[in-house]
Amino acid sequence: MTRETPLLARYAESLFWMARYLERVENLARLVDVTQTFETPGREAESWFALVRINADEAGFAKRGLAHDAEAVKHFYLLDTGNSTSIPASLESARTNARTLRPLISTEMWRQLNVFHRDMLSISPEMLQGDRLSRLCGRIKEGVQAHTGITEGTFFRDQGWLFYQLGRLIERADQTTRLLDIRYHLLVPSAGEERRVAELTQWGAVLRGAAGYHAFRRVAPPGFKPADVVAFLLTDTAFPRSVALCVEQMEWLLGQLRGRYGLRGTVPALERVEELRAGLVGRPVDRLIADGLHQFLDAVQRDLILLAAEIGTAFFRDWRPLADMPTQSQSQSQSQSQVS
Amino acid sequence: MQLSSTDPFSDYQAGAYFCELTSRRPDDQGTAAIVRARIGAIGLEALRARAAAAETELISLGVTFTVYSEASAIDRILPFDCIPRLLTGAEWGQIEAGVKQRVAALNAFLHDIYHGGKIVKDGVIPAELVYGNANYRPEMVDFPVRFGTYVHVCGTDIVRDASGAFLVLEDNARTPSGVSYVVENRHLMSRAFPDLMAGMKLRPVDDYGRRLLSAMAEIAPEGVGDPQVVLLSPGIYNSAYFEHVFLAREMGVPLVEGADLVVEDDRVWMRTTGGRRPVHTIYRRIGDDFLDPTVFRRDSMLGVPGLLGAWRRGNVSLANAVGTGVADDKAVYAYMPRIIRYYLGEDAILANVETHICREPAGLAYTLERLDRLVVKPVGESGGYGITIGPRASRAQLDVARAALLADPSNWISQPVVSLSVGPTLCEQGIRPRHLDLRPFAVTGRDTWVLPGGLSRVALQEGSLIVNSSQGGGSKDTWVLDDESPDVEPT
Repeated sequence: MTRETPLLARYAESLFWMARYLERVENLARLVDVTQTFETPGREAESWFALVRINADEAGFAKRGLAHDAEAVKHFYLLDTGNSTSIPASLESARTNARTLRPLISTEMWRQLNVFHRDMLSISPEMLQGDRLSRLCGRIKEGVQAHTGITEGTFFRDQGWLFYQLGRLIERADQTTRLLDIRYHLLVPSAGEERRVAELTQWGAVLRGAAGYHAFRRVAPPGFKPADVVAFLLTDTAFPRSVALCVEQMEWLLGQLRGRYGLRGTVPALERVEELRAGLVGRPVDRLIADGLHQFLDAVQRDLILLAAEIGTAFFRDWRPLADMPTQSQSQSQSQSQVS
Repeated sequence: MQLSSTDPFSDYQAGAYFCELTSRRPDDQGTAAIVRARIGAIGLEALRARAAAAETELISLGVTFTVYSEASAIDRILPFDCIPRLLTGAEWGQIEAGVKQRVAALNAFLHDIYHGGKIVKDGVIPAELVYGNANYRPEMVDFPVRFGTYVHVCGTDIVRDASGAFLVLEDNARTPSGVSYVVENRHLMSRAFPDLMAGMKLRPVDDYGRRLLSAMAEIAPEGVGDPQVVLLSPGIYNSAYFEHVFLAREMGVPLVEGADLVVEDDRVWMRTTGGRRPVHTIYRRIGDDFLDPTVFRRDSMLGVPGLLGAWRRGNVSLANAVGTGVADDKAVYAYMPRIIRYYLGEDAILANVETHICREPAGLAYTLERLDRLVVKPVGESGGYGITIGPRASRAQLDVARAALLADPSNWISQPVVSLSVGPTLCEQGIRPRHLDLRPFAVTGRDTWVLPGGLSRVALQEGSLIVNSSQGGGSKDTWVLDDESPDVEPT
């Protein structure tokens, strides 16, 4: 009795952004937790401010007029609803999208997100202190993971699911590049065994931030080098958060939209994905590093933004009265989906 | 039944009011006694704990309406009272027949006033009440609607007087809300009070979405094979958004906002990932004024430019039709018994609250004579403005009312003060009588179907007669006892 039902462009956009915001929340919680665990004694402020740089939030942070210390960064990401990249703000945006999607998503998805959102509204400054911060991060991660599990088990697998997954994977790939980017300076060869061990500890933290530490240990060659970590995070298609796996899955999802649902307009997006994939597999990682990892990651992030824009133009734009306006940047489409 | 001292009903006194649970009804098959005994067995403390848990669950599920203030948006639940309201099969039979009759009369009336107005020409209702009404829509004149149905969804507010007689308080023929709570309240009762409900033979309430969708498909433009139905909502910031979600889900149709729809060549399309798709029936939950900024309010951001044009060309159906507001007007209400008789040749099965029309000399004389015992209402106002409640008014206030009546009799109607029935309700002090009303929901495409029961709204404040959710009203599950052979539907 299956009958293909059309999907409102507005719903597709909300699914895409709901998934992105939640993926962002999970990644941020993981990063906060890792930063807390591996902060360098005596240089805490530097460790915490790395978080701000990962998220390219320097300007936003400065605007909030906060002190340049660890407590301020924690506040900025866990309590500050005025910071649009904070966990409470992202969760608010995810819930607003979910609210729009209530006719479409399962009751269980809505219920969990609604309760999770309510719990997170009650984060207090005391919960950021000492060992409580790690527990809080655990709760946040589990909140998103519960969402993911409920979605996997209850959300109808029509084209809406494909848009949801696209949002999630684009955000995930972006987060992985940012995580890598912040440590690229560690790749500069430095002298001394002591220094080398300290660097490897830092790389261990990066892997933990991506939930890939143990998996990496299993597949890494003996006496591994930092370049092996970079290769793992970028190209290992068995690792859920590697850029290559995300890109591979995006390609499949776009193919489904075209093949199974007959959606025209996937072509420019597929071309972007193809470029992304070519960039990842075209050169050995040693070469990437030699040519400048930061520039490469920057290019990947730009391609992901362009990919999201292509998807938006092809499938989302039409529902808004101003649909025919010329190119809209990612940040605009983001804020619009918050107020929709 | 042995009443112990801890029986929560031991100090329950309904007084002179009709009680929806404890007043004797021989045909209730003993259900009321069983409900009382079971509530007694649960006990007051457990009842409170379970009621609180049930309300928390409503918040988690987002079965809420939103109250906006300048600073924030607060999701509120409609307070839920766990002691059900009972209707026997015979009582329901009367309400169901009465509501169907009323809907038939409303539709006949609307058809008539937009096709020549015979009822006006025959002098049954004054012309100015119809054509001078703010909700009369000249755009509707001579416009055909399928099956002559204008009011596809009707909510009829019914109260019960001290003798237990049902009286219609008002008709809601535009976009009545509240049906989602009827269904959610039943689900909540089943989850939180399975021991109270065990073995009860009740008429089910789950069928609303399917019936509504059938009606919406029936009224689609002729010749459309597999009509696309949508629900048009003002969006997530509307206080009734949950109900819109509920109805869209129960019907299995997209919930659209104005910006999702576009009119081209007098056809309505929705914007999907695969481009534009045709739309055939719109169950709209926005008012006439906001439907089409090119016809009604130009500042409306909620509507769809060109929608009325597409409708007039017969390319899309709207439910409810435009211009039904003239039928649920307070002044027209006074004429409903006559309207029913005029079109159907029958007496009203459900009486109006006795209403005296002061534009008629007899009504004016009656009203002036008994001003201190009547409620006097201006016909044009809503929201309780300009009302004088005789028994509670001072001598000076009565004099003012008398002067106003004499100055412009046609602006006034008068009604006796109705002693609304009560239902036992869980309050801080224990189980106490609280006034309530009933809003059954009727769905009409080709025929009319009435959802068994309806929304029982209860005034939670002692002595209050105001059941509106915006003013602290709550709701109860409404049980219609299934004492007849089950409905067998042709499949």
